[in-house]
Amino acid sequence: MSNHLLNLNLRVWRQSGPNDEGSFKTYRLSGVSTHMSFLEMLDVLNEQLIVQGEEPVAFDHDCREGICGMCSLMINGQAHGPDNATTTCQLHMRRFSDGDTVTIEPWRASAFPVLRDLVVDRSAFDRIIAAGGFVSVNTGNAPDGNSILVPGVRQEVAMDGAACIGCGACVAACKNASAMLFVSAKVSQLAVLPQGHPERNARVLNMVAQMDKEGFGSCTNTSECEAACPAEVSVSHIARLNREYLRASILAEN
Amino acid sequence: MVRVASDTLNSRVPDGPLQQKWDKHRFDLKLVNPANKRKFTVIVVGTGLAGGSAAASMAELGYNVKAFCFQDSPRRAHSIAAQGGINAAKNYQNDGDSVWRLFYDTLKGGDYRAREANVHRLAQVSTSIIDQCVSQGVPFAREYGGTLANRSFGGAQVSRTFYCRGQTGQQLLLGAYQAMMRQVGTGKVKLFARREMLELIVVDGVARGIVVRNLTTGQLETHTADAVVLCTGGYGNVYYLSTMAKGCNVTAAWRCARKGALFANPCYTQIHPTCIPVSGDYQSKLTLMSESLRNDGRVWVPMAKGDKRSPDQIPDAERDYYLERRYPSFGNLAPRDISSRAAKERCDAGNGVGDSGLAVFLDFRDAIKRDGEDVIRKKYGNLFHMYNKITAEDPYKQPMRIFPAVHYTMGGLWVDYNLMSNVPGLYVLGEANFSDHGANRLGASALMQGLSDGYFVLPYTIGDHLATTKLDKIRDDHPACMQAMQEAQNRINKLIAVQGKRSVDSFHRELGLLMWDQCGMARNRKGLTEAIDRIRGLRDEYWRDVRVLGSGTTLNQSLEKAGRVADFMEFAELLATDALHREESCGGHFREEYQTEEGEAARNDADFSYVGAWEYRGTEQEPILHKEPLVFENVKPSTRSYK
Repeated sequence: MSNHLLNLNLRVWRQSGPNDEGSFKTYRLSGVSTHMSFLEMLDVLNEQLIVQGEEPVAFDHDCREGICGMCSLMINGQAHGPDNATTTCQLHMRRFSDGDTVTIEPWRASAFPVLRDLVVDRSAFDRIIAAGGFVSVNTGNAPDGNSILVPGVRQEVAMDGAACIGCGACVAACKNASAMLFVSAKVSQLAVLPQGHPERNARVLNMVAQMDKEGFGSCTNTSECEAACPAEVSVSHIARLNREYLRASILAEN
Repeated sequence: MVRVASDTLNSRVPDGPLQQKWDKHRFDLKLVNPANKRKFTVIVVGTGLAGGSAAASMAELGYNVKAFCFQDSPRRAHSIAAQGGINAAKNYQNDGDSVWRLFYDTLKGGDYRAREANVHRLAQVSTSIIDQCVSQGVPFAREYGGTLANRSFGGAQVSRTFYCRGQTGQQLLLGAYQAMMRQVGTGKVKLFARREMLELIVVDGVARGIVVRNLTTGQLETHTADAVVLCTGGYGNVYYLSTMAKGCNVTAAWRCARKGALFANPCYTQIHPTCIPVSGDYQSKLTLMSESLRNDGRVWVPMAKGDKRSPDQIPDAERDYYLERRYPSFGNLAPRDISSRAAKERCDAGNGVGDSGLAVFLDFRDAIKRDGEDVIRKKYGNLFHMYNKITAEDPYKQPMRIFPAVHYTMGGLWVDYNLMSNVPGLYVLGEANFSDHGANRLGASALMQGLSDGYFVLPYTIGDHLATTKLDKIRDDHPACMQAMQEAQNRINKLIAVQGKRSVDSFHRELGLLMWDQCGMARNRKGLTEAIDRIRGLRDEYWRDVRVLGSGTTLNQSLEKAGRVADFMEFAELLATDALHREESCGGHFREEYQTEEGEAARNDADFSYVGAWEYRGTEQEPILHKEPLVFENVKPSTRSYK
């Protein structure tokens, strides 16, 4: 692939802290290589800002290979930008054209308050997992791995859900800021595996209760979450979550 | 001349036959009775495989745990990026594996520079790790009948690697994270995310707490405890470009080194053979293509120098499958250090491919022809997808271009058999310690070590310290706490006060390039001596000319990076010093002066069969070398051969 250089107008959300109102600021950036990743483009912007004496744009990122789930940008109104099944860090500038205006915002959801610029607080997800997204097995309790047989097909379904990277794009993409795709991915993984069965009812009830408590919106099945998900988690997991929830509501003793 | 301490280090490896050491030791360790465990608090820094598993397991035992990570969530730790798999001596494939074979492969893979007893314990514990993870719901790959699947990995001739597609690290980490979050729910673990450790608090010679910066508010916080467990990963980002996450750093370990903890074998760095090559000077990190790809991919370069034909136009007779040629019995699955050097050798000879000539092909043509595209997609789909995202090339149609990159660091803080550093009460787990991989780590062994240390070693050994040490309650206003807090604050003030002209990243890039050129895949006396001078010069310039905007009392990512790079600037010199002093080639440490006629590493057991643990004494004084002699009672070190 040949390398081209782009000149871009960047409209970037700047907000000095959680209590600041925040606003867009426009920057011109020239000579952006089409081989750069989106975050490398922001690195270049930040180097330019530092030279000019302006504080660089804060944004979350870590592994830069699409698996840690830390990067989280709304790019031209799309969570993680225009590519399917792609995190912001794996988006490359070859997807943009010379002269483009690119609008960059943080995730927008009341359950994900902005901390600074493009950085948001996603600790609500951790609290949902703490409410039930686990199998209660203390270290040392485990029987031999092969004593628990899991048919390959079922295994694949579990892995599809387990692939969630917890980035929050599903929430950002949803008009209701619902966290159903995130919650369902974990509920579904552990519901289809035999290891998850003893706590199956309590898990789904507790996780959904925590999700509601955190202030996420309701799911209206518009599937924007699936379209935005970089790990390609399917809304069929939401369907399973709903079945699990109904089942647990009827059957649960706890 | 290196200043060498007169005493040798005591590894506290128990006596007795190798197979019984761990069992016997577990019996000899003092216990804390169940009711008393709740009286102790343990700090765990880092929440990757080692930290997450340690925090969860200790909380399950009843200890109070405070867990810290610099990311926004403990689930982001870079263990998550490990792709290929985790080794365990289950012998599920009936192909002749055993605890002894895994022990032997790992010790040999480490070029006989690891501690024998630690490696054997690792192999023993490996089987329990798989059981534990399966029980947690980690979705390991399965056969149709429902049993666990395995694949093979570099440096081994048996299939003992368990995997979850190409996301094994992610799934194992989420297992440990979920176990830890369960304990957060019960209140036994208190979680502190977006906190960075800046100082170790030592009271009367014993580690008793840490100072952290709250990265959201900028506030410094003191946390005291009865023991501190460091699980903060490796130092590969001293090279700037590596496969590590951007945030990975040496700061927590280095702060401990400055408080007296010995830093062992820093020159043992792993250069992984299969990474996506650098594309431009804006490059911010390198991406690994899992070693598992070498199960089906064949590595080659054109036989003719500078052959610029498209790979599909180059007939087989004009291709050099150099790993298969040089190492016929291991072929494309030769260990990482050997495969990386072989790639460098071909590129240096002018046979490299791509625009820069710094790449070789990893070709799936034959595997796709043999198994079909669907089978390959099922095994490696996410890796092929990632490659395509980054390069805009389709590896189903044309070979991948790959090149070696810094990937893992075998060196780390020195620990004894209990995983305790020479500072009592300071434990070091996972990649952050030095103990199990010697001079080279085999594939699928990092995950094994992290989880072994956290689930199955520390929970036993820490009790011995807690049960036998007098640990008075420490308050936040203890002079040692106040002093550590002041040191951290002074450092922040000093960084902001420089008000120079150059960004932190520009310094970091310069340091990284210098380290890669002179202390990377091949090293020599002249280059290392020069590197040490240049590092000192760059460090001086850093403190004169770095520009950190903003204040210390808000979220300030430049300031976070500035502190980490300042520590890399000191640490880099120690790494180069260690590499200079070790006048032999072993594993990932290749000194050009010490090689065989065939270009293989020439180890010097007579003079260098020891762990080199450095006592850091500041930038103005030479560090002191402490030696731990390596004793091989069960395996006779031989010349490593994969031919």
